[in-house]
Amino acid sequence: MELTTVWFLLIAVLWTGYFVLEGFDFGVGILLPVLGRDEADRRTVLASIGPVWDGNEVWLLVAGGATFAAFPEWYATLFSGFYVPLFLILVALILRGVAIEYRNKSDSTRGWDRAMFFGSLLPAFLWGVAFANIVRGVPLDADHEYTGSLLTLLNPYALLGGLATLVLFVLHGALFLALRTTGDLRARAVSLAGKAGLAALAVGGAFLVITQLTAGRPATWVSAALAAAGIAGALAATRRGRDGRAFAANAVAIVAVTVTLFGNLWPDVMPALDPAHSLTVENASSSPYTLTVMTWVAVVFTPLVLAYQGWTYWVFRRRLTGSGT
Amino acid sequence: MDVLDLSRWQFGITTVYHFLFVPLTIGLSIIVAGLQTAWHRTKNPTYLRLTKFWGKLFLINFAMGVVTGIVQEFQFGMNWSDYSRFVGDVFGAPLAMEGLMAFFLESTFLGLWIFGWDRLPPRLHLMTIWLAAIGTNLSAYFILAANSWMQHPVGYRMNPETGRAELTDIWAVLTNSTTLVTFPHVIFGAFVTAGAFVAGVSAWKLLKKKDVELFRVSARVALAVTLVASAGVAFSGHWQAQIMTEQQPMKMAAAEALWEDETSAGFSLFAVGDVENGRNHVNVQIPYGLSLLATNTLDGKVEGINDVQARYEAQYGPGDYRPVVGIAYWSFRLMIGFGVLAGLLALAGLWLTRRGRLPGGPWFHRLAVIGIGLPFLANSLGWIFTEMGRQPWTVYGIMRTAAAVSPGVDVTEVALTLVGFTLLYAVLAVIEIRLLLKFIKIGPVEEQSGTEAGTDTAPALSY
Ligand code: HDD
Ligand code: HEM
Ligand code: HEM
Repeated sequence: MELTTVWFLLIAVLWTGYFVLEGFDFGVGILLPVLGRDEADRRTVLASIGPVWDGNEVWLLVAGGATFAAFPEWYATLFSGFYVPLFLILVALILRGVAIEYRNKSDSTRGWDRAMFFGSLLPAFLWGVAFANIVRGVPLDADHEYTGSLLTLLNPYALLGGLATLVLFVLHGALFLALRTTGDLRARAVSLAGKAGLAALAVGGAFLVITQLTAGRPATWVSAALAAAGIAGALAATRRGRDGRAFAANAVAIVAVTVTLFGNLWPDVMPALDPAHSLTVENASSSPYTLTVMTWVAVVFTPLVLAYQGWTYWVFRRRLTGSGT
Repeated sequence: MDVLDLSRWQFGITTVYHFLFVPLTIGLSIIVAGLQTAWHRTKNPTYLRLTKFWGKLFLINFAMGVVTGIVQEFQFGMNWSDYSRFVGDVFGAPLAMEGLMAFFLESTFLGLWIFGWDRLPPRLHLMTIWLAAIGTNLSAYFILAANSWMQHPVGYRMNPETGRAELTDIWAVLTNSTTLVTFPHVIFGAFVTAGAFVAGVSAWKLLKKKDVELFRVSARVALAVTLVASAGVAFSGHWQAQIMTEQQPMKMAAAEALWEDETSAGFSLFAVGDVENGRNHVNVQIPYGLSLLATNTLDGKVEGINDVQARYEAQYGPGDYRPVVGIAYWSFRLMIGFGVLAGLLALAGLWLTRRGRLPGGPWFHRLAVIGIGLPFLANSLGWIFTEMGRQPWTVYGIMRTAAAVSPGVDVTEVALTLVGFTLLYAVLAVIEIRLLLKFIKIGPVEEQSGTEAGTDTAPALSY
């Protein structure tokens, strides 16, 4: 396989890891005011992601860094082109990170809960908008500079994409909380997951079908179908009280959505409305030497990271019982 | 102001802000790990209380380091897209390595440390704080390697077809002579910062007569750390100055307001310059000081601004190759000045607290509290010197700052985000300082045996 393809795959893997992991962090943040009826509940909700959220967020940082190293042109065009949405995402991530870390140390918690809610909602929506636009294609000139405006990015298809990631992450968060808590809180999470699951099937399904009809290739129908099956499976499992399976099934769904998007993209990394100006794995990539070096680094360190992050989840595998016990 | 100026302000503000938290994180991570090790070895509960107390302040600071760091990772693409396009092949590599090798390590193991007090066996738990501390220091290494490449590009070639820099030798980039001297300087600077912080906070608690025994220990250890690190900063800085004279003669000349080539050059203490005509009105010097700093000999030759300017015009074409001399000159002096003050303060403190004494009046404690600010000033000025002294280049000798800025981003966008970030940073700074003060006031809590709540969690969360 060409190294450029290897790196396209690796970056897809990093984004997938990011969405699967921070996806439930976002969902938990959005559900904080919904499911957390009293202070003890809200503390339990936040404690479920306390030990892992920062490690999850690093997937984004590494996805960004890896794009910079392997496809500098992609990094440059994407980040300068999507300037305002990225600024909003940054502000949201800042507020959210500070909220998680400072809430329990502060005397008043209401402001932090709000920061947590909006700080989770905004990126959960905007990442969908960003990726829908990437798949759809954006106006680029011959120098690969983005020539559209903010409004170009807020087209109906992209907004639907944003809604799709939003409901998918809410579902993911609800399933995560069902898996990690007990009692009343868990019951509420399960019931919310039921509703969110139906919404995710409807909105996510619509988004994927439109994606397949406009930008799809035959092979990605498989992953799109798998995404739908994953959500349906999660719904079925959560009805039967199989929390672990439900969460795993929805994680598969998120993987499948990401695979669908990246699968439709290749060999472009950022298609332009005028195909002559598209960024591809070839014209956006670093030199073979850099790719080789980075491949070695990734081969050695990715398994190590997976091992110790996996271990963290193992250490904190027990359900949180809240203040009652 | 145009996009270039605004982007520079934005980068400068964000990065200096990030670097307020960074050195404290680097230094405190090791200090906390050391305290926990001491507890593990001796089982003396004093060390446990200190670990938790300083650990809490460390975490409050760490959170700010993390959230401001995310902005950094995005900024190169957002505001400096042409920079990213043309040097990403080289510069992206250490950045990606930092994420994969360092950020994962520090974030994952810090999460385990915070929530793992009663989940992990003590030895394993001790290991988590050490791994987080190692991650923190590794991250500094990689990012400084990236930055050093901008100061002194090595291990690359220019591709004549694309006009882009391409990596040819990653090892050369990671062992750049500039990195090898910058890393110790920054790490020693971080220990000066953490040392002065711990010493200042301890002095304040001593002044309030709270937990006197505990904070006497903290204060003595911290003063010693500050003193040793100050010496380290001076030696590594001296070494850096020599490398800089060789690699960026213009920066050294500007730092000294030295207009013409000179042998046996003096180290300027105070100067009033005339940039227009390229000379000084007033210049008070320590004889031979500069030659000694820059070349290790009393009669070494140091190049002057006017001579380097002439040489660069011949080499790179017409243009102004001088940074803002006043800023380079004063930031360099003040960095050293504040650092020396912090070192002297530490020395005085060690003397006054020798053999179990405590200084009688409150004045020394107050000085120590004020002293917390000195290394923060020195750090910020150090970076302002390093980065602004490199101007007009973004990558020395290859790429000018004016060519690095994002061409597609317009003034309103940069202005809006500049204001947005700055306001957000200001609010967060107030919140952070309030929190720090709150927990300093509360002080170290008694450790009841058995129910060790995590450093970060209320008892309700001990699941
Ligand atoms: C000498 C050290 C140093 C320097 C020059 C920088 N940083 Fe930094 N950075 C750290 C040392 C550090 C650290 C000590 O590792 C931090 C500070 C607090 C923390 O949480 O980790 C950190 C955090 C941090 C994070 C968050 C990591 C996480 O989520 O755990 C990011 C993304 C960056 N930094 C990125 C940057 C970039 C792109 C820089 C260059 C412009 C930069 N930093 C300058
Ligand atoms: C990898 C690390 C770094 C890189 C790649 C980097 C790069 C840059 C770039 C592209 C600019 C804008 C253009 C310019 O004026 O040169 C800049 C400016 C600046 N940077 Fe850095 N920098 C790094 C680290 C830092 C750090 C850690 C600090 C200190 C806290 C810092 C302080 C500044 C300041 C104060 C400016 C404004 C200077 C000016 O406007 O002239 N930099 N740097
Ligand atoms: C005591 C004498 C000191 C000397 C001779 C000295 C020397 C230097 C020099 C020459 C540079 C510029 C390197 C370059 O641009 O290539 C520098 C940068 C810097 N200094 Fe110092 N310094 C001293 C004290 C301090 C202190 C006390 C601190 C902080 C506590 C500090 C923090 C920094 C930082 C953060 C930088 C920017 C990063 C870097 O390039 O290393 N310095 N110093």
